[in-house]
Amino acid sequence: MTAQLRFRDVTLGYDRHPAVHHLDGAVESGALLAVIGPNGAGKSTLFKGIVGALKPLAGDIERGGLTARDIAYLPQIAEIDRTFPINVYDMVSMGLWRRAGLFGGIDRKGRDAIAEALAAVGLAGFDRRSISTLSGGQMQRMLFARLLLQDARVIVLDEPFNAIDAKTSADLFDLIRRWHSEKRTVLATLHDIDFVRANFPEALLLAREPVAWGRTADVVTPENLLKARRLCEAFDDYASACAHQAA
Amino acid sequence: MLYDLFIAPFTEFEFMRRALAGSVALAVGAGPIGVFLMLRRMSLVGDAMAHAILPGAAIGFLLSGLSLFAMTAGGLIAGFVVAFAAGLIARMTELKEDASLAAFYLISLALGVTIVSMKGTNIDLLHVLFGTVLALDDQTLMLIAVNATITLIVLAVIYRPLVVECVDPGFLRSVSGAGGPAHLAFLALVVVNLVSGFHALGTLLAVGIMMLPAAVARFWARDITAMIFTAAATGCVAGYAGLLLSFHAGLPSGPAIILVAGVLYAVSVTFGRVGGLLRQLFPGRHLEA
Repeated sequence: MTAQLRFRDVTLGYDRHPAVHHLDGAVESGALLAVIGPNGAGKSTLFKGIVGALKPLAGDIERGGLTARDIAYLPQIAEIDRTFPINVYDMVSMGLWRRAGLFGGIDRKGRDAIAEALAAVGLAGFDRRSISTLSGGQMQRMLFARLLLQDARVIVLDEPFNAIDAKTSADLFDLIRRWHSEKRTVLATLHDIDFVRANFPEALLLAREPVAWGRTADVVTPENLLKARRLCEAFDDYASACAHQAA
Repeated sequence: MLYDLFIAPFTEFEFMRRALAGSVALAVGAGPIGVFLMLRRMSLVGDAMAHAILPGAAIGFLLSGLSLFAMTAGGLIAGFVVAFAAGLIARMTELKEDASLAAFYLISLALGVTIVSMKGTNIDLLHVLFGTVLALDDQTLMLIAVNATITLIVLAVIYRPLVVECVDPGFLRSVSGAGGPAHLAFLALVVVNLVSGFHALGTLLAVGIMMLPAAVARFWARDITAMIFTAAATGCVAGYAGLLLSFHAGLPSGPAIILVAGVLYAVSVTFGRVGGLLRQLFPGRHLEA
């Protein structure tokens, strides 16, 4: 197995305050990794770092030969303007950006792929619907269809099942399983610990500091969860410069 | 009779033909720009930028009188400086674009009016504030036409990143770096069109032919392509009908054009197919599914 993502003493944060502190480790190619931890643990921050939206304050992230733009990313709070006059089909077709770029057309194969992706997420027949008419669950399905089309080796999902009903979560998790079987590397943040236990082989428990990383059964223990909660204090405005590096 | 009313003014008078050609060219370029300004929630930015052009044009006026070249160059330079400065500040700091532009709005207007008054007469001032659509010379007409052409070409080039950035900026950032350059190119187009509009309709009304047709389009079209065409067509109709109105009723032509656009807007707000008032008040019985 080779490492798809490697973190070398990565610190990520805002205004010099670390939100992810000294993370070391690697995500194997083809891994299905759940990133868990309390609110404010740095999960989203870590993902932003992986997709290049946030530059590390220290350390570096290696992407196994990929660039940040090769990684498909579903942000937790998508900045989507739901009132924008665009339909589901056009929205999903954005997933072909890497193939079509600024000017390329969408050929027969591309159109078939779009139809397939829409069917795979259960939105067949929604092509011409305006995105403003979609429910929260349908919106998430549409974004998954776009992810499907992006055909990325690494897929990063920030709270993909937040505020989504059980049926939709199950359908969307089937897609994640499919990506996993296609040997793609998938990282997802989740809050449902039981769901993680049942479905993710590997987990990273984060509380600004990495608390545990490994087989899910070893990571998700009562002791570790308690430790994570204790570590995750509010960030200190008057914190002094980190001495860890010098040591 | 109908001929006399609707067509004769243009066949008989050259200045009416020129005014019509100018208005149509203006509408075709400014309409689509207005649609994007509206969808990017930058409607007021257009307004602020139109005012930002004034001091530049006024300095051109101060240096060489009512010269097309000097006033255009001055307006373009002032517009670009403000647009790019505001755009960069908005992208690099926490301050939102409208906030950084709001400051320019009044300062520019005051500065521009002061500079024009230093040298010119009240007529010059009216000229600058409300334009001279009935007195477009060859050069000005050419400038407006060239600007409209450039606008449509550049818009076609940056269309995809521009649309994606409006709907889902995060996604665009994750797949491409084209968002920033497209945004700057778009701001440049706003300036170019406002300078065109400045010559025909003046500082105060130039934004009208940009934003009113866009607002009208929002009430009739559900997707952006249709919206762009509706906006351009609305601008053309407003130009044509406004000129007729000003011809027959003896009204100032620039304000007449914007007034017609205003009437179209009022009609759209009331009767618009997409979210118009009547539609909302009397939606009809709900459907089966």
